[in-house]
Amino acid sequence: MSDSVPNEVSVNINGAEVRAKAGEMLIAAADRAGVHIPRFCYHERMSSVGMCRMCLVDVDTGRGPMLQPSCMVPVAEGMSVDTQSEDTKRAQEGILEFLLVNHPLDCPVCDKGGECPLQDQTMAYGPGESRFVEEKRHYEKPIPISDLVHLDRERCILCDRCTRFADEIAGDPLIHFTERGNSTQVLTFPDEPFSSYFSGNTVQICPVGALTAAPYRFKARPWDLDQVESTCTTCSMGCRTAVQSSRNELVRYLGVDIESVNHGWLCDKGRFNFEATNSEERLTVPLIRDPNDERQLLGSDWGSALANAAEAILDAGSDGIGIIGGSRLTNEDAYAWSKLARSIIRTDNLDAQLGDGLPAELVHSLPPATIADACEADTVLVVGPDLKEELAILHLRLRGAATKGHTKVVEINAAPSGCEPYVERAIRCGSGEAAKYLGEILNSDDDLATRLREGSVVAVVGRSSMAESDHSSIAVAALIRDELPHATFLTALRRGNVRGALDMGLAPGVLPGRTAIDNPSSALDDIWGYTPSMKGLDTTGMLQAAAEGKIRTLVLLGADPLSDFPDRNLAAEAIQRAETVISLDNFLTASSAQADIILPTTAYGEQGGTTTNLEGRISRLTQKITPPGSVRDDWMIATELAWRLGGDLNLTSKEQIWREIEQVAPSHAGVTVERIMSEEAREGILVQESSVEYIFPSVQEPPIADGYGLRLISGRKLWDASTTTSMSPSLRPLAEAPVLKVHPTDLQRLGILSGSDVRVISTRSTENLKAVADESLERGTALLPFNQPGFGANRFIDATAAVNDIRIETL
Amino acid sequence: MSFFSDENTRLAEEIIKRYPKARSAMIPLLHLAQEQEGWVTEAAMAEIAELVGTSSAEVLGTCSFYEMFKREPVGKYLINICTTMSCALMGAADLMQHAEKALGVKSGGTTEDGMFTLEGAECQAACTEAPCLQVNYRHRYRVTADEFDAMLAELSTPDPGVPEHGVLSQIRQHIPEKNTVGALPPEEVNAPPVWLNTEEDQS
Amino acid sequence: MSEMLGTEIAHAAGFIANETPRIVTARFDYEDSFTLERYEITGGYQALRKALQQAPEDVHKEVTNATLLGRGGAGFPAGVKWGFCPPGVWPRYLVVNGDESEPGTYKDRLLMELDPHQLIEGCLIACYAVGLSQCFLYVRGEMAVAQERIARALNDAYEAGYIGRNILGSHFSVDIVLHWGAGAYVVGEETALIESLEGNRGMPRLKPPYFPASIGLYGQPTIVNNVETLSNLPWIIDNGADAFTNIGTETSPGTRMVAVSGHVKRPGVYEIVNGTTTFRDLLYGQDMCGGIRDDNQLKAFVPGGGSAPWFTPDQLDLPFEASQVGPQGSMLGSGAIMVMDETTDIPAAALTLTKFYAHESCGKCVPCREGGTWLEQILRRVVDGRGSRRDLDLLIEVGETICPGDFPHAAVPSKGIEAKPFPYKMTTICFVGPSAFAPIHSALTLFREEFEAKVAGNDDRVLIEVPVNV
Ligand SMILES: Cc1cc2nc3c(=O)[nH]c(=O)nc-3n(C[C@H](O)[C@H](O)[C@H](O)COP(=O)(O)O)c2cc1C
Ligand code: SF4
Ligand code: FES
Repeated sequence: MSDSVPNEVSVNINGAEVRAKAGEMLIAAADRAGVHIPRFCYHERMSSVGMCRMCLVDVDTGRGPMLQPSCMVPVAEGMSVDTQSEDTKRAQEGILEFLLVNHPLDCPVCDKGGECPLQDQTMAYGPGESRFVEEKRHYEKPIPISDLVHLDRERCILCDRCTRFADEIAGDPLIHFTERGNSTQVLTFPDEPFSSYFSGNTVQICPVGALTAAPYRFKARPWDLDQVESTCTTCSMGCRTAVQSSRNELVRYLGVDIESVNHGWLCDKGRFNFEATNSEERLTVPLIRDPNDERQLLGSDWGSALANAAEAILDAGSDGIGIIGGSRLTNEDAYAWSKLARSIIRTDNLDAQLGDGLPAELVHSLPPATIADACEADTVLVVGPDLKEELAILHLRLRGAATKGHTKVVEINAAPSGCEPYVERAIRCGSGEAAKYLGEILNSDDDLATRLREGSVVAVVGRSSMAESDHSSIAVAALIRDELPHATFLTALRRGNVRGALDMGLAPGVLPGRTAIDNPSSALDDIWGYTPSMKGLDTTGMLQAAAEGKIRTLVLLGADPLSDFPDRNLAAEAIQRAETVISLDNFLTASSAQADIILPTTAYGEQGGTTTNLEGRISRLTQKITPPGSVRDDWMIATELAWRLGGDLNLTSKEQIWREIEQVAPSHAGVTVERIMSEEAREGILVQESSVEYIFPSVQEPPIADGYGLRLISGRKLWDASTTTSMSPSLRPLAEAPVLKVHPTDLQRLGILSGSDVRVISTRSTENLKAVADESLERGTALLPFNQPGFGANRFIDATAAVNDIRIETL
Repeated sequence: MSFFSDENTRLAEEIIKRYPKARSAMIPLLHLAQEQEGWVTEAAMAEIAELVGTSSAEVLGTCSFYEMFKREPVGKYLINICTTMSCALMGAADLMQHAEKALGVKSGGTTEDGMFTLEGAECQAACTEAPCLQVNYRHRYRVTADEFDAMLAELSTPDPGVPEHGVLSQIRQHIPEKNTVGALPPEEVNAPPVWLNTEEDQS
Repeated sequence: MSEMLGTEIAHAAGFIANETPRIVTARFDYEDSFTLERYEITGGYQALRKALQQAPEDVHKEVTNATLLGRGGAGFPAGVKWGFCPPGVWPRYLVVNGDESEPGTYKDRLLMELDPHQLIEGCLIACYAVGLSQCFLYVRGEMAVAQERIARALNDAYEAGYIGRNILGSHFSVDIVLHWGAGAYVVGEETALIESLEGNRGMPRLKPPYFPASIGLYGQPTIVNNVETLSNLPWIIDNGADAFTNIGTETSPGTRMVAVSGHVKRPGVYEIVNGTTTFRDLLYGQDMCGGIRDDNQLKAFVPGGGSAPWFTPDQLDLPFEASQVGPQGSMLGSGAIMVMDETTDIPAAALTLTKFYAHESCGKCVPCREGGTWLEQILRRVVDGRGSRRDLDLLIEVGETICPGDFPHAAVPSKGIEAKPFPYKMTTICFVGPSAFAPIHSALTLFREEFEAKVAGNDDRVLIEVPVNV
């Protein structure tokens, strides 16, 4: 018969035949068939535990109906299910009565009130009365179990969701059931808080108000909330979110479950940094430097600020201009700036990356992989940043796949990473020497070599350390391309919409639609009228040129090179020397505070448009609130400037911009506005074509470290001094002060006590820092986080060096 | 500073080696910790977490599930009077009343001199010998009020023959190196054991 | 003899030697029954030698043919259970259930204290027959003496080459690891036992899919057998399945150990013939319990451990045969009989069990965690004279949320009560939740008048509205 599909079974639910996937849980099959079975503990992204017993239904497999938990019973051919039988109803009513026996019923003062599964199910399935006249369980009222999450044990119904999440999904089993039976409670170990990067997810999946988020507590009642779906742009993962506001203020983000990206999870940085959008520190009017006092910034009107900016751009001339940044922008904003730079200012000096990424041509030319590909590959080869710190949800996905045995993760890195608990092999290499180590493995009789050569491979490639140049990653990519031609790539780039910015041509030598500058599409030629023929400078080049006086006007598109560029000295010289620095930003950052003209822009939650994640997946952003003051979208500023520069970008709205992108960008052809507005875009629309080629340069091996120095390794931490974190009051305290980690024998050799202050000397700078012994490091290396409050490793780094060494001395 | 004494650290390692997965040694190590200190301290739980490769919260979760692990100091002798059905039918309530009076503490309490902790316990698998009790998990059968008093007197002597709380079996299992098979993680065993397939067996 | 054992071997008090065939308690008469020397001179480890001469599958077949019913409570035939290991999945483990804690149950501790080598030999035979590559002997935490005896026996047996690599010069190699619990009744449930052995909280897993024989310790096929079950194996291999099935009945062959506690003249542990011995033989037989204390009237008895619905004198003539006990509304369980004479305060007796199960709930299932404690609270106020008639109905209503539908109970012809057969439906994962209700249900069904007397004169309570609207 045509309707017997393999791996499909047919079950009868409440009299109707339902097709289900063999092995799938009955509750999931019922969900898809539109039959709702009440539940508390079941969560489709976690293993079933069958604890709450709320999902009991009558299941008949031929031996008569029996009450079975539908979250634990796999569907089987011929199974007959009654979700409304007398026994089922009685069980549901009974379970709810039991749950309420010890529940405080403080709904009116509970954050969850109004969106509480316990409350809702009590209305729908409950007994309506309680016969419980005894004293309820009592616990100390909400206790903070971390800086971000509070736990009210009286409300807890012990569904095991948060504890399962912590253990199974996050891999941070820091909350657990304690005690037994009627005294069971969820708790942390004394003095070991639930300081997981993913703690906020537990608040979202708690079916009652037992777990609440400090940044949201008592902020709003669910019925005052207004919600849209959007995409997180905190990092380049592109997690799907629900953005909620109350009275034009962002109050909460929730993870939205999409299969291809985040499975409903968010990291705490992405979840809670809405506070930055609401910040009092937001720039709301343009600022210009006081001509009479260099140290002063004066509030300005848009007209004069834009006129000044246009004048500085005109003065500098095409070659004297450099545009840095753009990965904070939406695709449409990025396109507008790309078009402004090329067709009106006529420069190719523009770069969305800050010297901490990979060449755009390389990114565009590598055979692409998706996150799902990685989760199913025989091997995921990670040669890049610590994913747990920099692409936290990618880490979560890989962890999930690895712990379920769907893939094996192999990591090559100079320092230990947060992925080590689940990687199959962590190969420790010298800084800058990943390619050498990989090469040795591939040419050995190691089983791994065979598996890499014969099995499917997804390589996650990015910059492992900010203290080594991109040559190291380029060499790794080159080696994988040559030796493992079947491998596909995920490029681990930093910052929100960096991939979208590159796709829109915010990089020297590449045009919108992943085409080379000498190969514009005819549509682009027609519409733009002019494109430079020579490849321009990247960020390092622009900063060097500015430091040398060759670039006179620098435009910072939401970029803060003083904090984010690996070489702070170079960035400082460039900003110092440039005659005019124009900054488009949400805040006064280290760099924008030094600018001459500051144009305030809209922030996350205030803009619509699209964003593109590291896979090349385009998804929709939705504006939720109206922006403060007179701030403007970046694309509008571009059109205004164009007009003042004597041109016209002919861009009138985000939608119209997208229509133009679809027309001129070959890789995006067919991704119409209609598709973007459709349901399809929830999962994101994957764009993988590219015509860019990359010619691998020959790279040199890094110099051998001398006996005195320590090779510096520097990566980012999730909780760092980045702008949105610093501007979110709940998150700012989570960023720790920087410490330099060194192997204990090195410290001993130098006569330094772990925990004492030392003098750190590099070719760039000499500074005092605390040094701490860390046995997990290789000898001869020193690890310093890149950008912690008050201090950045970029003070020590020379961007032109392949690797960077430091020396340390006792004070 | 490590929690376990050197000798116990060595024992802990020996115990862990017996199991295909280190985490299985969690309860034995908690017993070892309780044997060392008389109760399970936070430092002990944190160290066990490291030894078996999990978080302290997980160790606390396991530890607090089981009645025998005390997370606060108890008396040198823990007296558990059984209160389940068979003993209750045979006078456990009277025995408990007597014990409370004799010790001057309520069930759950510890005498001021730190010698005795009294607890009501559940069935001790000695139901035919009701009412019964245990002193540091060593049974006393058909206990009368007089016998209870005599027992207290005996336990108050310097060497009453009952080890201090925390010590269970005074004989340890020792698996000799020379003929141990050794525990392998289950992932590393993919074939049936040899004796299922040897030629001798076929013949 | 029994007198001597009761005093000289203080740890083994309770065993009473009677005239029936002695399979597992044969060595109990010796003071040094637990030593390797005694074991060897009384034929110990001969069964292992004999088994090693045979193909493993033949040993397995012998055990299957013996119809050795599990003695842990469920009474499932051991040989059949062994056959449930999925083919081709390795390694497989043996976990010995020595967690004996069911109220009234007292036999496994005797076997561990008095004849540990017999148990060890049984483990070895099982491992050999099924290809189990490691054995974990899980002994209840509160049994310091059993732990000592087993530790010593294991050390001696290792030294003598009975355990370990190339046992008795053969290819057969297996380690036996002694493991103790730490005080949690529910860990006796086999999936909880496995969780506990993995270092976790002892919370039962759901069956299906977690039948230990297919997904057990570390997710591998695992045989969980009770101490008494395994202690039968040396005799079966020594004497053959036929000799075993010649004792008792076809469906319940061999002997079994039962502990009789409470109001009888000679409470103790007896090895009785399975299938044919009746409760009357046991409670009144002169070589056994010898009647009710002070020649009082028997009021009721729990026939199979604290979880079992109760029987009254009307059921005395039932034999130890599951197929006869089940239809009469109870089960044989773990061979534990608790006897109540006419002086017993029935509601108070029920409370001692309900409070046990409420206290021992692991906390996983809502009905057991919340319902068990609630039942205890209601029953306690009834027993204390603070209850109302409404509470009696409430007890049943709360219980029915744990066990919807008819709950089994015995017949009381004089009161016109007919039996409801075993088993029952339940909303929980394991039997702890229902077991908190079982004594209440039995007591209330069989002796309602005693409850009525306790609540007479008290007002019915007022219901409380649940304020779900905000
Ligand atoms: C709540 C509960 C407690 C149990 N306690 C024990 C026990 O203490 N000892 C035991 O051998 N079996 C106990 N069992 C039965 C075991 O789950 C399992 O069926 C038995 O160990 C299997 O061994 P057998 O087949 O040899 O009887 C218990 C079962 C339940 C549901
Ligand atoms: S019935 Fe009780 S003891 Fe058994 S699994 Fe459920 S909560 Fe735990
Ligand atoms: S949802 Fe199935 S038991 Fe909780």
